[in-house]
Amino acid sequence: MDFSLNDDQQRLIATARKFTKEKIIPVAQKLDEHGTFPSEICKEGWELGLMNGEVPQEYGGLGLSTLDHVLMQEEINFGCAGIGTTLAGNNLAAMPLILAGTEEQKKNYLGQLTDSCSFAAYACSEPDAGSDVAGMRTTVRKVGDEWILNGIKRWITNGAYANWYTTFARTGDATDRHKGITCFVVPRDLPGVSVGRKEDKLGQRASNTCDIIYEDVKLTKAHLVGAEGQGFKVAMKTFDRSRPWIAAGATGIMRRALEECTKYATERKAFGQAIGQFQAIQFMLADMAMKYEATRLLMLKAAWNIGQGKLDAIESAYAKAFGADSAMQVATDAVQIFGGYGYTKEYPVEKLMRDAKLLQIYEGTSQIQRMVIGRSLIAAASAGV
Amino acid sequence: MKILVTIKRVEDYESKIKVKPDGTWIVTDGVNYRANPFDEIAVEEALRLRDANMPSEVIAVSVGSELSVNEIRSALAMGADKGILVKQAGWVDSDAVARCLQKVIEREKPDLVLMGKQAVDVDDNVTGQLLAEYLGWGQATFASKHESLESAEEKAKKPGVKLAADKASVEVIREIDGGLETLSVKLPAIVTVDLRLNVPRYASLPNIMKAKKKPVEELDPKALGVDVTPKVKVLKVEPPPARAAGIKVPDVAALVQKLHSDAKVI
Repeated sequence: MDFSLNDDQQRLIATARKFTKEKIIPVAQKLDEHGTFPSEICKEGWELGLMNGEVPQEYGGLGLSTLDHVLMQEEINFGCAGIGTTLAGNNLAAMPLILAGTEEQKKNYLGQLTDSCSFAAYACSEPDAGSDVAGMRTTVRKVGDEWILNGIKRWITNGAYANWYTTFARTGDATDRHKGITCFVVPRDLPGVSVGRKEDKLGQRASNTCDIIYEDVKLTKAHLVGAEGQGFKVAMKTFDRSRPWIAAGATGIMRRALEECTKYATERKAFGQAIGQFQAIQFMLADMAMKYEATRLLMLKAAWNIGQGKLDAIESAYAKAFGADSAMQVATDAVQIFGGYGYTKEYPVEKLMRDAKLLQIYEGTSQIQRMVIGRSLIAAASAGV
Repeated sequence: MKILVTIKRVEDYESKIKVKPDGTWIVTDGVNYRANPFDEIAVEEALRLRDANMPSEVIAVSVGSELSVNEIRSALAMGADKGILVKQAGWVDSDAVARCLQKVIEREKPDLVLMGKQAVDVDDNVTGQLLAEYLGWGQATFASKHESLESAEEKAKKPGVKLAADKASVEVIREIDGGLETLSVKLPAIVTVDLRLNVPRYASLPNIMKAKKKPVEELDPKALGVDVTPKVKVLKVEPPPARAAGIKVPDVAALVQKLHSDAKVI
């Protein structure tokens, strides 16, 4: 067992950390306040290779391992989780194509992301289907050689900026549940594709989140990703790959909270001494540090597993659920340590708390993660493993 | 154009530096190391000159312990083409560094040598000048430029050190007391760079990945015929005096009195 990071990893961390310190932290609060999309940061980040990390080298990407990717993402999320989500968005949209797309699709769509700074979005959730992916209502009707797509997708990250959408839709009957779901890549310039309203969110406000509306969009076989009826599987495999990224969001937020709090605890005085001298504060800091360390280990293990060629749902779910819940707790405690100041926008910890909340919701809520974990445990026991 | 750029491994200025209790050196345990920031500016300038004058090549050279290969790799990750490490463990004084570089330069025959004006560890500010003397080359120290670091020229990554049309000289704007001076230096030459010449680029992830495939050659000072026995001896290292606590004065008259009698500034 070796926990040391190699030279390349240390170097990519150094670049991401410097970029975060110099480019993200100085503007994060302002972008958050106005809900401004971080276009400039994306452009610079794209040039440095911070946007399409897991796109394979054959298609112009870096082909980073999940391990390298999460190390980089932790640094970005230390600065701003909203910007972290924005920069990671392309990887999520690309993953179904990486896993199940044709050579043609990979060359065309992944190539677009690596040719110039552009965006793609993952479109799965709907107004009436979030956790219940199999309950989606967006439909695709087959007419001759074509498919006609209709429906609304909601909470789509980078939706307003994306040039194409990795879209999940129902090809079968509603009663088919998950067996009737198929994945398509939908270029934004197809007739019938439009961008709906932008969400005004609690946190991660620099990240763009909006509705995507499909009205009689004509698709062909060229848009089909994977086999018909295999969409649910593709979506789930994508999440197995992407959930460690959310753990990276959590480690970034927690490390920031810890850094802000330890600094504040040595400066702020009460009852004649620095508040860091009080055991009540020290215990909170200790719990925060333990949660950060534990999440980081789960994240690294899940990412390492993926690097070993094991797409292990349960490992990714551990990291995602524990990380998200820990980040929420740690950020809430950070506000507590800052007291009245923590509740104001004068200090950065209230933003950490707002940003952390989303980690428990997107890419499978903390409850869904527990379902994944629980079912895996029961299935293993039933199979006598 | 062949450009040689030097890069030194130094203590990170963000690390807390403590002097050893016996006053022989600083405590190195727990100190982070990085490339000398002035050298990073030299690397950036070398890359800009290369890209503006293709075909060209940038060679990053360091004199130091085997760990200095890290800083060479940093230069390669910024975009330099290859590296040379003159490997010597322990303390090497600036004169020995200059003489090692002289040998490397006589072998590599670059058109231009770019260096940081000084290293932020010992702040000697002599290696570039010594090297020019040993080689018998012209030198321009403290290279800077007219344009600000927020200017459009800087954002477009235009070189501040300008190669003449006949490629026989470079124009260098240097920082002097009270202003800027413009020099034309015949090539080959030594140019040392100051803080306001450019903003060094980030090592991009693609370049980090390419860097590990770039060659780094190791040389031995002895094989180069250089005696690196230090001429400079460190007698004593001591921390700057701790700042005394401030005082409060009751009124302006008392302030003026204190500035006059105690601080002796008026």
